[in-house]
Amino acid sequence: MRLLARHQTPLLLILLLGLIATVSLVGGDAVQVTLTEMFIRVVVVVGLSVFIGNSGIISFGQVGFMCIGAYAAAWATAEPSFKQIMLQGLPVVLQENQLPFWAAILGAILLPAVVSFGLGLAIMRLSGTAASIATFAFLIIVNSVYANWDSVTAGVSSIVGIPTVVGPWTAYAFAGLAILAAYGFQVSRFGLMLRASRDDEVAASASAVKVVRMRLVAFVLSAAITGMGGGLYAQFLGILTVDPFYLSLSFITIAMLVVGGQASLTGAVTGVVAVTAVVEVLRLLERGIALGGTILALPAGSQEIGLGLVMALILIFRPNGLSRGRELVLPSGRPAPAAPAGLSPRPEAAS
Amino acid sequence: MIPFLQNLVDAVSLGSIYALVALGIGLLFGILRLINFAHGDFITVGAYALIVPSADVTARLLIGGWPWPVMIPTICLIVIVAALLTDALVFRPLRRASPPSLMIASFAVSYIIQNGVLMAYGARPKAVDLWSGANSQILIGELRVPMLQLVTLVVTLMLMGGLTLFLKKTPYGIQMRAAAEDFRMAQYLGVRGNLVIGLAFAISGVLAGVVSLLTTTQSGSLSHTMGVPLALFAFVAVVVGGMGSLVGAVVGGFTIGLIVTMLQAYLPPDLRAFRDAFAFAFVILVLLVRPSGLVPARSAIERV
Repeated sequence: MRLLARHQTPLLLILLLGLIATVSLVGGDAVQVTLTEMFIRVVVVVGLSVFIGNSGIISFGQVGFMCIGAYAAAWATAEPSFKQIMLQGLPVVLQENQLPFWAAILGAILLPAVVSFGLGLAIMRLSGTAASIATFAFLIIVNSVYANWDSVTAGVSSIVGIPTVVGPWTAYAFAGLAILAAYGFQVSRFGLMLRASRDDEVAASASAVKVVRMRLVAFVLSAAITGMGGGLYAQFLGILTVDPFYLSLSFITIAMLVVGGQASLTGAVTGVVAVTAVVEVLRLLERGIALGGTILALPAGSQEIGLGLVMALILIFRPNGLSRGRELVLPSGRPAPAAPAGLSPRPEAAS
Repeated sequence: MIPFLQNLVDAVSLGSIYALVALGIGLLFGILRLINFAHGDFITVGAYALIVPSADVTARLLIGGWPWPVMIPTICLIVIVAALLTDALVFRPLRRASPPSLMIASFAVSYIIQNGVLMAYGARPKAVDLWSGANSQILIGELRVPMLQLVTLVVTLMLMGGLTLFLKKTPYGIQMRAAAEDFRMAQYLGVRGNLVIGLAFAISGVLAGVVSLLTTTQSGSLSHTMGVPLALFAFVAVVVGGMGSLVGAVVGGFTIGLIVTMLQAYLPPDLRAFRDAFAFAFVILVLLVRPSGLVPARSAIERV
């Protein structure tokens, strides 16, 4: 019982998402789609938070891992007849068979993990800002390669015939899995050491924390979870192009993390839910509301501008996000492990 | 030899555009520790200011039709106002925020500007003919140099010279350099922080305004994301050159221009589509060998 109370945060979050998932029992198709998309984003943003939240380094490249994961899943499960014509660069085993869903997800986890390990070995040595820019470079590389490697990714045309097996409940299950994995990392030695290095890098490395190695571990885990999100996304849409995995998605996922509060897992989850709610409301308003005969509608594009504004306002007025960097606990429960202070202004080391 | 020299001319002209953008970004980074994603969108704002605001497909020139001695300052002024506005509305309330928060904030500003332009002008790219004489070629020996490349180069050199003079000789320039070296110390010694930061935003606005004119003349078209690739390459230039060093930003800009042009010219044709992938992979390589850039800045060394 005590153990349960101590680790109540992930369970509460999963419970909360479960409550939201029940809406799908009554909602129509549009609701199902919105919910599935939201849960997939929970997977992705939780994956993002494993690295960004614990290390304090912004990575723009995680969407690149999502892309890699999505394509890995597509290679496994797309129609063999399609693969044999369009994706002749694939290994014959993949071309001739349609692998099951679990194999696709496994691929979507493993391939990004392997790539991130290689990339991480190289760039985790860089200082924070340089590492951020390097992840940016990585995103552009992934985009450029996947958009042009015609024999394997079908280039600018899309991969079709991926079975659409992911609905709200499957996505929900994976969101739960992602939350558990992220929480497990956060409370592990590695997570603790990494957060120490985020709060004060010099002090942490003086206390024998191998900062680079810890960052690498988080980077790989984060890529694996984000890649899993990509795989789910492919199996949800059934059709895949490179275009969605670029700056815009990178912005939206980071916006979700910041709005929720990047320093905690609760923040990552609330961020996705809150931003999805805001975007849905704006989308509704863009379509227009009938008000006594006249239809009032916001001009197209308000949704994006609204999202940008929400993010700027949060940064200014609530720099640690909606969650203030704290974890969700029941009011009567024991105090959760003290929440890290987030990306609060560190005393300027350079000055 | 001639084709190579021709490529070199292209590289220098592309590099000078990147260098100008990188200077604008590097200037703000030096003082504020802000990686300004919105810089590319300042360029977009400058370019769209040339035409009549409407969602029509064909663009009608407004300010772009004015004689150039009036047009250039007007465009620069508009971009300066845009830059100062973002400072006042977003970055001033975030003065005490950490560099990652600032970076995310500028990402948000960029998103807002892009979609604002999209809303006002429509999504389709617009054709604009700013200066039809731009592509007339000048023969230097056997080299054919387009007029615009020459203008770009001259303008870049003039701006760099002007900026150097400003930073070295004028009181405000010296204050800016002091602030870039050690912001808090400079403030203790009587440098007014907000004034210096405002100046930096204004100068980056001038740079963005000029770049918007140069690129619009060259490409002949406008789109709401036109600034994004420029800013991306310029970031990379800033990092490769050495963050916090203005000389580094310029060196980085020319380096990136050189890499991109040479890859475009000498990669085998079937790999040419992957040009950007190679360019950015090279960038990661440079960072691995020299993590603090080609021209490391003194102030960027972490002291405990």
